[in-house]
Amino acid sequence: MNDYETLRQLADTVGLTAMAVLFVVLCFWPFRPGSRNLNNEVANSIFEDQDDGE
Amino acid sequence: MQAETALTRIGLWFLLMLASIGVMLGAKDTPFAIQAGMIAVLALVMVFITASRFDPAGSARGFFRMPEGKSRYDDDPVRWATIATMFWGLAGFLAGLFIALQLAFPVFNFEPYLNFGRVRPLHTSAVIFAFGGNALIATSFYVVQRTCRTTLAFPALARFVFWGYQLFIVLAASGYLLGITQSREYAEPEWYVDLWLTVVWVSYLIVFVGTLLRRHEPHIYVANWFYLGFIVTVAMLHLVNNLAVPVSFLGSRSYSLFGGVQDALTQWWYGHNAVGFFLTAGFLGMMYYFVPKQAERPIYSYRLSIIHFWSLIFLYIWAGPHHLLYTALPDWAQTLGMVFSIMLWMPSWGGMINGLMTLNGAWDKVRTDPIIRMMVIALAFYGMSTFEGPMLSIKFFNSLSHYTDWTIGHVHSGALGWNGMITFACMYYMIPRLWNRTRMYSLRMINWHFWLATLGIVFYASSLWVAGLTQGLMWREYGADGYLVNSFADTVAAIHPMYIMRAFGGLLYLAGFVVMLWNFAQTLAGKLRAEAPMTETPINPAADHPLPAREPVVAPAQ
Repeated sequence: MNDYETLRQLADTVGLTAMAVLFVVLCFWPFRPGSRNLNNEVANSIFEDQDDGE
Repeated sequence: MQAETALTRIGLWFLLMLASIGVMLGAKDTPFAIQAGMIAVLALVMVFITASRFDPAGSARGFFRMPEGKSRYDDDPVRWATIATMFWGLAGFLAGLFIALQLAFPVFNFEPYLNFGRVRPLHTSAVIFAFGGNALIATSFYVVQRTCRTTLAFPALARFVFWGYQLFIVLAASGYLLGITQSREYAEPEWYVDLWLTVVWVSYLIVFVGTLLRRHEPHIYVANWFYLGFIVTVAMLHLVNNLAVPVSFLGSRSYSLFGGVQDALTQWWYGHNAVGFFLTAGFLGMMYYFVPKQAERPIYSYRLSIIHFWSLIFLYIWAGPHHLLYTALPDWAQTLGMVFSIMLWMPSWGGMINGLMTLNGAWDKVRTDPIIRMMVIALAFYGMSTFEGPMLSIKFFNSLSHYTDWTIGHVHSGALGWNGMITFACMYYMIPRLWNRTRMYSLRMINWHFWLATLGIVFYASSLWVAGLTQGLMWREYGADGYLVNSFADTVAAIHPMYIMRAFGGLLYLAGFVVMLWNFAQTLAGKLRAEAPMTETPINPAADHPLPAREPVVAPAQ
């Protein structure tokens, strides 16, 4: 097998699986138990500072 | 500035001037010599500026009414980039109107410097990289400081990012008119300008990441994720797409490392992700901060914004091949590009819904607040163009739409509707805060801007839909004898009225922007226009009172 085929096979198998798993984990990360309060807190964090640096 | 420092700096500028003159004399082609000459003139100007006691920064501060004293945040680069956004916006919109008129009336092609082929990249670069880029620099520096509760890391480097980026724009724009191009769409500047942009962009990344690292907030707000995604990905795209070998280090010409279809795919991998990460991710960073701030309510769903972010990052990067359907590109790659483009529809609409639903419970603001109105139309156009885009990437539709003006109409509904409108809205939000004003000079003028721009987009997009469909159908029309029915010139003649309507749409959009410039200048001058507010508090005293207690109905005694 030449370099192209080796790399191509790596991308088709390990690479593709790793990317798909990483994507799913990252998307479900904000839904992990107990993160609701954190998300609300962060969403509201931009309102704590009302003076906008004058 | 101390005398020794000034002397050293004069010496350095002088050396740079001599070096530039040397490069100019040894140059292999005239355009390269002209650009080296521009650098020499700039260095000479810097010698004089440094030498004289005249304090140019000070008088410029006065002219642009920069607030005196230190603000809490480091806002000078933000103000400069805001002014630059206004300036380059005017230049880019004017260039756009000019080339629209060239298409309708070829007499406007002034050979060789102002023909369509040279002014068209000037227009695209001016609006995307100069207008959009400065808006991104301004808002990213504004947002990252406020969401991280800290000032910019490396203030001197932040200033270099601003000025270095302006030099990149000037070199790129003047190069196009002189005929310097490496013929890669949206990446036309040649190798030496690309190297300069790399230096500037890496500095931008350092300032941004440095500021994130010194934050005083535990979490990094999602807008900064989008900005960081934009900066990192654009760096990667820029480096790979511009891999080229210069013919000579004293000449402007270079040749790409790739050849044939690989080169084409690299170009469109870059080109489409310039749309995806420059014009989408970066501007979504604006959306995720300024829409909640202007609406005064948190983003509808923070979780959805994170899904939006990761889906965009993982999916967009594969969509480029849809620009090369029905070409020499392998069929599987074409299908891959098409499928990922269709998948992009979901996160895009998720983001649009997230932005629009932020107004849930506050929809009355669309009536009373023209800035919110602009944000809503921007999100609506984001939704429309991210629906139209996946649709056009389907091979069936693409076989009709490719190479027609439908594509240009699609691009402009995204660029004028989404990028333009969200930029205007964010500028209207920032300007009074940056210059310590109670509000913009006139809110009613924002409303005028909104309607002029919206009407302009309607004229622009609808005329090019008609033009594109006309072209596509005329090009593919066969007669009974198996020959094409129309010559190319027939299709050009058929869409001439559409070209005039599109130029009129551009004129309306430009007119709206001129209203904004006037509003901006008056706000900086510290004026407030006396005008009726956008809404009165409606009250009807005759109807608005408690009803008297109803008399119990007593049945008449029998």
